[in-house]
Amino acid sequence: MKNVAAICRRELSSYFASPVAYVVLMFFLLIAGWFFYAMMSYFSLISMQMMQQQFRGMMPLNVTEAVIRPLFGNLSVVFIFLLPALTMRTFSEEKKSGTIELLLSYPIRDGELVAGKYTATLILLLIMLAATAVYPLFVGWASGWSSPELGPLLSAYLGLLLMGASFLAFGLFASTLTENQIVSFVITLVTLLMFWVLGWAATFVGATAGAVVNHLSFIQHFENFAKGVIDTADLTYYLSFIAFFLFLTLRSLESKNWRA
Amino acid sequence: MIEVENLTKFYGPTPAIQDVSFAVEKGEILGFLGPNGAGKTTTMRILTCFMPPTSGRAMVGGLDVQKDPLKVRRKIGYMPETVPLYTDLVVGDYLAFVSRVKDVPVRDRGRKIDEVVEQCGLKEVRGRLIGRLSKGFRQRVGLAQALLSDPEVLILDEPTVGLDPKQIIEIRNLIRGLAGSRTIILSTHILPEVGMTCQRVVIIHKGRVVAVDTPANLTTQLQHSVQVHLAAKGPAEAIASRLRAVPGVVGVRAESPVNGASSFVIEAEKGRDVRAELASAVVEGGFGLIELRPLALSLEDIFIELVTKEEV
Repeated sequence: MKNVAAICRRELSSYFASPVAYVVLMFFLLIAGWFFYAMMSYFSLISMQMMQQQFRGMMPLNVTEAVIRPLFGNLSVVFIFLLPALTMRTFSEEKKSGTIELLLSYPIRDGELVAGKYTATLILLLIMLAATAVYPLFVGWASGWSSPELGPLLSAYLGLLLMGASFLAFGLFASTLTENQIVSFVITLVTLLMFWVLGWAATFVGATAGAVVNHLSFIQHFENFAKGVIDTADLTYYLSFIAFFLFLTLRSLESKNWRA
Repeated sequence: MIEVENLTKFYGPTPAIQDVSFAVEKGEILGFLGPNGAGKTTTMRILTCFMPPTSGRAMVGGLDVQKDPLKVRRKIGYMPETVPLYTDLVVGDYLAFVSRVKDVPVRDRGRKIDEVVEQCGLKEVRGRLIGRLSKGFRQRVGLAQALLSDPEVLILDEPTVGLDPKQIIEIRNLIRGLAGSRTIILSTHILPEVGMTCQRVVIIHKGRVVAVDTPANLTTQLQHSVQVHLAAKGPAEAIASRLRAVPGVVGVRAESPVNGASSFVIEAEKGRDVRAELASAVVEGGFGLIELRPLALSLEDIFIELVTKEEV
């Protein structure tokens, strides 16, 4: 535990000593802010029109449905592009610069090393997510705290966190495969994109295969969280995805023991 | 303290080391000498549990590096070649990180860090980014992190590479000062270093141990003949044939001419001083004798002799 904390701390200080953390955070907030602004403006435009056309009584527009949900959907796509930038250096950089040799000469277990590095990236993810809390808070303030609904909001956050954590687990694994950060970045980005668009195949591969493909795809599972549904199937999906790739990360690290 | 038995490591089909065996006693400084690519770093990496050997066994303090890697690593302080460090950390923070992962007890950390900073002369750069340090200072940070947990065994891969002469002397003195309480393996391809710091030398070439002995023993063992350097004015062949005729001379080797004078290295039988005879042979032949001096066999010659012998 002490080693995990020490490694996590070292990782974080490297993230914040280099521009990586700031650049990723800043550009993430830039694009998130743009999405929020665009959706909010569209939402108020539509609301205005509906009010003028006397639709008021029919069905009130819901901010959670119209702004928060699509915003989170978009953020999850942004994660596909940004989170690989956080994980690409974790092991690749240590391999390239040779620091891994020194690191592995210390009495640290491989598991502690992986846990420490993973925790550091998770903390960065939490900071990113926490920073987006301004948008729901703004909506809440503007609506006199009547919206957004707290339940779906928290569930959407949980979904985003689990998905981000899955991306990071895969990125960590990809980083152990190569000493080249760009290779690690591309492997992660493309694989995550593939997992994302896998669901498209569901419509044309037949019923059984379609169900499998749908279950493997990120989209389907995230949709539920965004709707406010916390299903154990979705939880299991993300948690097993994370566990699987952390396991592969460990195996990949161990492979230096038998690979020539 | 350290026992290495028939250690072999293959990278794919290429052997990096083959049947390497040696032992280091507690408190001893062992020099690991060999040209670049001889297998020094590979051996050290096996000892620090960075990679396992293909076959053979390595024990540190009675523990097998393959069976008890964590315990072995607790005993070891390692300084890899061209010390890879986290360039984005400040020296003090880096040493604090190392003290944490190396299990230095919390209450000793501050004192221990102060101690190695003092020992390695890092006081002035403690607050600076490692990436901005000169090569010499980085090298010292590398040594400092190796010393941090008071390890019983120190494994130093080319510790003086890239340092200026003053720093080299400082580091050597530091290493010598550590002997006795610690067991040290030090690799180098610079010969005088071994003679100055080590009690015993392992010479390794093309992955095989060529010789293990004290620097002094190696020198005497190899002085099977006496060498003399001679320079004289005149045609090289004529002088050489005259020199060969001198009784006691085993071999004459022509060197490149110096200032227009032909020069030779003459090998004589062991224990026989042929300098007077050589001088008169040259003078009697009518050539102008310019220089005549005995060549002491330095460790450098031993090294060259040993490693070239292998190739023949």
